[in-house]
Amino acid sequence: MQSAALPTAESDARFIQLVRLADDHLILGHRLSEWCGHAPMLEEDLAMPNIALDLLGQARALYSHAGIIENKDRDEDALAYRRLEREYTNLLMCERPNGDFAHTMLRQLFFSVFMKHYWLSGESSSDPVVAALASKAQKESDYHVRHCAQWVIRLGDGTDESAARLAKALQALTPYLHELFESDSVTQTNGDVGFLPEPSTMQTRWRADIDTIFDLAKLCLPSVENLLTQGKSGGRQGLHSESMGFLLAELQFLQRTYPNMQW
Amino acid sequence: MSTHTIKKNACVVSMAETQHRQRAWEIAAAVPDPEIPSLTIEDLGILRRIEITSNGVVVAHISPTYSACPAVMAIEEAVEQALTAAGYRTEIKRVISPAWTTDWITDMGRKKLKDYGIAPPDKASPSARALFSDPVVACPRCDSTRTEKVSEFGSTACKAHYKCEACNEPFDYFKCL
Repeated sequence: MQSAALPTAESDARFIQLVRLADDHLILGHRLSEWCGHAPMLEEDLAMPNIALDLLGQARALYSHAGIIENKDRDEDALAYRRLEREYTNLLMCERPNGDFAHTMLRQLFFSVFMKHYWLSGESSSDPVVAALASKAQKESDYHVRHCAQWVIRLGDGTDESAARLAKALQALTPYLHELFESDSVTQTNGDVGFLPEPSTMQTRWRADIDTIFDLAKLCLPSVENLLTQGKSGGRQGLHSESMGFLLAELQFLQRTYPNMQW
Repeated sequence: MSTHTIKKNACVVSMAETQHRQRAWEIAAAVPDPEIPSLTIEDLGILRRIEITSNGVVVAHISPTYSACPAVMAIEEAVEQALTAAGYRTEIKRVISPAWTTDWITDMGRKKLKDYGIAPPDKASPSARALFSDPVVACPRCDSTRTEKVSEFGSTACKAHYKCEACNEPFDYFKCL
């Protein structure tokens, strides 16, 4: 089994971080797609799979490029469908079961605000392929933020029931925010060479956007210091929660049953 | 072989290449968008350029509208078929940089969208969008600006759903990107 141990070589760092990002997008996209046919209203039944589709498109581009950098004949399908659980390095937040609509929307807002700023910075990547996909994904993330922010405000400033559910979602998700900004030798190497920005440099911008939205939603985030020093960790090392196995069982079903199956 | 002949041949080749490039462009440009068939890929601005390589292969450069636009593979196949049918050895190149923007939809494309019942996007694509500023969208049927957004996401990745308060018709709006 290939472990997600930290490398020293620059190309390894590039591969590892592209796969982390791709895994975030694939796993969160998969979770969102679970809402298809179950959303509270028809418009949301269109919206969530549409966002999921954007995330999958971004994941495909990231996996493909990672496969080229790795240079071991693994294409996007091999990376997306034919790895073991411990080899997936997504944020733990992304694999959490959807919970209710408030939980799904708040998680998406946290993630999309982060990615919007991350891709904006990524547009000046030293790698032209990364720069190109960042400029495309940035616009898409911006649209996701807009959609999720409207819902978070509507729920937070809505009925007692919707506000209570959002508050509960915030409590459940807060421990996972820390991981968004986590730094290690992989992100440092890539930050130093201008390949991808250090996630920790997104904090101020992320926080400013979230605060603006939370003011309108009548919500309050714990202080930044707490977010950075406390919280769950392990996703980037392939240490997952129990729900990841169930998610992969469904996600990988076809490729595990009929290996190398093509459309 | 005299210098004169070489020059003459070179000239003939380059003339032919220009003509071929023009012809290949016209063939590729006429391919319709599978999701909005009244529009061609030229109208949408996703056919970026035609290149003819030194060994005579026609390379069509195509930009997807969205990262995961499900139509992009169908479009690439259709372009390849059209060019192959016209006798060209063909290659498709997917170009994601610079990123496609709705600003590349031609004026003809905008008119066709409206005639088809889809409100065309704002001309200036947003750089840093204000969080909740919505564009003023005119109804493609009655031109009233008394319209209301029903859903940020519509029947395809590139459209939002609106309704007109004046004529009561629902309609799609091509999102500004």
